[in-house]
Amino acid sequence: MLTSESLKRIDREIAKYPADQKQSAVMAALAIAQQERGWLSSEAIEFVAAYLGMAPIAAYEVASFYNMYDLKPVGKYKLSVCTNLPCMLTGGVDAGEYLKQKLGIGYNETTPDGLITLKEGECMGACGDAPVMIVNNRRMCSWMNPEQIDKLLAELK
Amino acid sequence: MAILGAINPMLSVGLDGDNAWRLADYIKRGGYSALRRILGEQIPQGDVINEVKKSVLRGRGGAGFPTGLKWSFMPRSFPGDKYVVCNSDEGEPGTFKDRDILRYNPHSVIEGMAIAAYAMGAARGYNYIHGEVWEIYQRFEEALDEARSAGLLGTNILGSGFDFELFAHHGYGAYICGEETALLESIEGKKGQPRFKPPFPASFGLYGKPTTINNTETFASIPYIINLGGEHYLEAGKPNNGGTKLFSVSGHVNRPGNYEIPLGTSFATLLEMAGGMRAGRKLKGCIPGGSSAPVVPGATMMDCTMDYDSISKAGSMLGSGAVIVMDETTCMVKALERLSYFYYEESCGQCTPCREGTSWLYKVVHRIECGKGRADDLDLLSSVTTNIMGRTICALGDAASMPVQSFTKHYRDEFAYHIEHRKCLVPVDVQRAGSGFFTATV
Repeated sequence: MLTSESLKRIDREIAKYPADQKQSAVMAALAIAQQERGWLSSEAIEFVAAYLGMAPIAAYEVASFYNMYDLKPVGKYKLSVCTNLPCMLTGGVDAGEYLKQKLGIGYNETTPDGLITLKEGECMGACGDAPVMIVNNRRMCSWMNPEQIDKLLAELK
Repeated sequence: MAILGAINPMLSVGLDGDNAWRLADYIKRGGYSALRRILGEQIPQGDVINEVKKSVLRGRGGAGFPTGLKWSFMPRSFPGDKYVVCNSDEGEPGTFKDRDILRYNPHSVIEGMAIAAYAMGAARGYNYIHGEVWEIYQRFEEALDEARSAGLLGTNILGSGFDFELFAHHGYGAYICGEETALLESIEGKKGQPRFKPPFPASFGLYGKPTTINNTETFASIPYIINLGGEHYLEAGKPNNGGTKLFSVSGHVNRPGNYEIPLGTSFATLLEMAGGMRAGRKLKGCIPGGSSAPVVPGATMMDCTMDYDSISKAGSMLGSGAVIVMDETTCMVKALERLSYFYYEESCGQCTPCREGTSWLYKVVHRIECGKGRADDLDLLSSVTTNIMGRTICALGDAASMPVQSFTKHYRDEFAYHIEHRKCLVPVDVQRAGSGFFTATV
């Protein structure tokens, strides 16, 4: 179900833990599966569980507990905006509103062309760079004023 | 520039260049000399722990527990597996210091963990890194590779016979994993739900083995303590509050960012270093130690010094050193509403008082903010907080309650105004102007 490249990455994660503790690699394995497939379907979660020799329900519990896993399809780009207090004080909420207006969607919605999903994120640990947002769980964008947001949107094609 | 300002710094010295995070640069500024000396001279484990005790280094993650004492709880002569774990799951709103330590000085954490492992007889360690900071996780992996290639990690380190393997574990978005036992569950590949204590991690930790968990900044301080000597490190701060500390300043200041200052430095000095209040506005309130710490009114805050004892006397906590600054354009009801939403969202759901209570707290503050507050809502909030506090496995319930109690205590009139007039005391356009989103230039 996953490419050999993804499996190789998962194997590298498994090697970090004691031989009888393969399950410790489940968070990384789910993240790798999500990166390859775009989101985590039940099949993908079951595949990861089988690969690590754990019960599917145990892998599903992990996938549904941590909020960076997507259990439903998302757009090509997932944009998570931090609106927590330190960001809010210096424009995080305004940045979210600006994005909603620009994209014509609300939080947890995807643009009709399937390009961008907008999410309200929780503290990203970068409050000094507020407003901050993350693209696809990976790329952190700092000091996002209207001009910077416009630039980012133009880039996400 | 990594750290925006400093007074008598240790951790943030020499971090200006693009390669400051690399092993070669770290060694050039004295890195790994502490580990080298300990292994070279075969300094007894107990002596290393004593040095840390003398420094009065207190846990930098939030609880402020004396690190040396924590290390002494480990059964270091216990023959089986033991672990040291670094808590870099930095998700307490307002806190962003560990991100900069890992970004600009990752080897100080690796060296600190290796020293800790030696002192406690552990052969394996993990650094649990916050999910949202992928680039930082990648950099730490690279720093680990450098240390392994240089023989500073792995088997027979520097020919001393001491073995220590260290790995990075990447989180995936759960505030609760900053709680040490939830973090261990998470490394074990489970939901991050805190464990009931006792047993404490020092006797039953990762995979059921003795484990010590410290914050990133705590580990990063260890090499400096060993090099300087515990007593000198203590003197850099003030009695009972050893050393310097990183403070993350966010909110309505001109230069938000990290600042390293000796514990005991005045808040006024820190505020000035952070460029002062935006547009010369007045300080309305300050959360001095991350979102879970009680808010302190501006006037009281201006009289505080930045150390565990002074902030505690002002009715709050130094916590993680996350200083959230709010000026007079802030609606305190809206500020509390956002924090309450956070705890409601992040409660792991294990304990009923927290799972249900955080939902009540958010819903009631939300309805006040939306102009639908009821006359007895403030009493209701107070009653919900007292029914949460002290009745849960971990501190998240207390962390959700303290902001509610302190905001409604210090800004009671503003909450009452909201309930009576069904709108903010601070006009919405003033709040909006205060955020600076539409006028900011970078």
